Amino acid sequence: MDFGPHLMLAMLEGAVTAAILALTAMGLSVVFGVMRVVNVAHGEFYMLGAVIAWFVASTLGTHPAVGFVAALVIAPLLVGALAALIDITVLQRIGYDPERTIVATIGLLYILQQGTLMTFGPDARPVAPPFNTRLALPFAEWGENGLALYWPWGLSITSYKLFVIAAAAVILIALWLFMTRTRAGLIMRATQQDSAMARAFGIPVAKVYALVFGLGAALAAMGAVLVVPIQQAHYLMGGDPLLLSFIVVIIGGLGSLPGTVIAALLIGMSDGVISVFFSPTLAKILATLAVAMVLVFRPQGLLGKKPQ
Amino acid sequence: MNRPLALHLLVIAALAAAFFVLPDYHSGNLARIMVLAVYAMGYNLAFGYTGLLSLGHALFFAAGMYGLALSMQHLSLTAIPALMVALIASALVAGITGALALRTRGVAFMIVTLMFAQAGYLTALYFVQYTRGDEGFVLPQAVRQIAGVDLSSAMGRYFAALILFSVTLLIIGALVRAPFGRTLIAIRENEARATMLGYDVQRRKWLALVASGTISGMAGAAYALLFGYAGASFAAVPYSIFPLLYVLLGGAGTTLGPLVGAVFMFYLIDLSSGVTDAYMLVAGVVLVLLTLFLPQGLLGTLRKRWVPWLP
Repeated sequence: MDFGPHLMLAMLEGAVTAAILALTAMGLSVVFGVMRVVNVAHGEFYMLGAVIAWFVASTLGTHPAVGFVAALVIAPLLVGALAALIDITVLQRIGYDPERTIVATIGLLYILQQGTLMTFGPDARPVAPPFNTRLALPFAEWGENGLALYWPWGLSITSYKLFVIAAAAVILIALWLFMTRTRAGLIMRATQQDSAMARAFGIPVAKVYALVFGLGAALAAMGAVLVVPIQQAHYLMGGDPLLLSFIVVIIGGLGSLPGTVIAALLIGMSDGVISVFFSPTLAKILATLAVAMVLVFRPQGLLGKKPQ
Repeated sequence: MNRPLALHLLVIAALAAAFFVLPDYHSGNLARIMVLAVYAMGYNLAFGYTGLLSLGHALFFAAGMYGLALSMQHLSLTAIPALMVALIASALVAGITGALALRTRGVAFMIVTLMFAQAGYLTALYFVQYTRGDEGFVLPQAVRQIAGVDLSSAMGRYFAALILFSVTLLIIGALVRAPFGRTLIAIRENEARATMLGYDVQRRKWLALVASGTISGMAGAAYALLFGYAGASFAAVPYSIFPLLYVLLGGAGTTLGPLVGAVFMFYLIDLSSGVTDAYMLVAGVVLVLLTLFLPQGLLGTLRKRWVPWLP
């Protein structure tokens, strides 16, 4: 394949990564934005979403589409409920103290991960995609007769991957409408701006926190359900999304939702492109160091505002 | 002689006697625990005394470990010069990452240290032709000796670990009672007030982190030297979490807490790994229970309730 089609393929794969990453990172960002809590166990909620998707799909055992749609509803609900329960039983009791919260969520990370290892086992398990036709893509090139379209061998994408991109966009728009247009979203934003004042106005802040923590986990689970038909469910799959979500949330500015989406696109696309052309380990080293430097020299993120 | 020093000497004497009393299996474990306790004591200096919650100390542990193991393996150094290389390597790594990471505070500091450690782990994987990556490499028995003492023998290993442990314990015991240690505690308790009193808070935090990283690096070097193995898994996230776990369990800001925490956690994980592969589950449960019910750890609670002079 020539460079042009190769790059286009890399960007399409990057767009799929970016779509999943946007959902997962948005979960982390919502939780940080409203609760000022860094949830290190976020990647494990993602992993649980994928494992539950496998469980639902293999239990139903009918047409892949039925299992997939059921998983898309059930997995986020279950994971969200579990997260809300964790918030009430653990995080609320330690008063969201930043350091103790991180230590507790590290503990939760190992509990969820190792608990899955004990029940689900160490094997990676696939979920069948609901539909999966391969679409060949054209590429334009200056030929002898001017600009001409042609279909290079290997330049193709599956319909399911296109669906992932669209579904992630729909979910993110729905989230944005929820946050800006509904009463529940208004309450969340009020709590985010000033939780003491929100409490004074009769908002049940503890309940809002539990719901937000659940919502954040549910978003990660949705991303995972979308990804399992492409990438198998495995008990260690939460590590990479956690690191990438951290990177996205930091680059986008902690707690800034539009920043999170833009950073997810940036990181997802460049991850796709870089890992096609360079050594993935070297790419990860450079990305990790770059993010550390952003935090050191520009802690409000590339797009975040300086604190007043 | 004051009570804290007497207690430290008593613990050291008890550990020396333990080698002759305990069965081989447990004295072998105890040698490993003492090295891990040195690592945790280094961590405690940053977290317990200065209030710097680092999630990336595996970077310093691995810097010491690779500083020793790589220079022995590829430059054919003997143990003492290789230990010096490890000392310099871990101090240098701690100095550079500390200077950068200490520009941040709180949650950002934790994430930055985590990121640096992750970059260090990936670097160890990247140079796979030297480090052999996750698989690691074995240091041959012939080179593992200092002044004719075979460090791969049970006795040589145990007393080498004990010497390292004792030196570290006595240094830290003296350090935290000296004016420098007192200002570290002042910084932990109230950074703004320490600044107002005229202390150069930033410089002292950096010095504490460099000392902490260097002690952690010495533990990493000793681990490679005594147990004859260096691998990238020692640079990975769990090895940043372990010292945090030991210190939290034993009691942050107590000189003996790291040892107590390391003994408890080591045996807890050792027992549970006999039952299940998912032995890190125990670490997770202990972390959550500690934050919920025992935030000051075992010795911290002991000191608060019954023994106020506990160092």
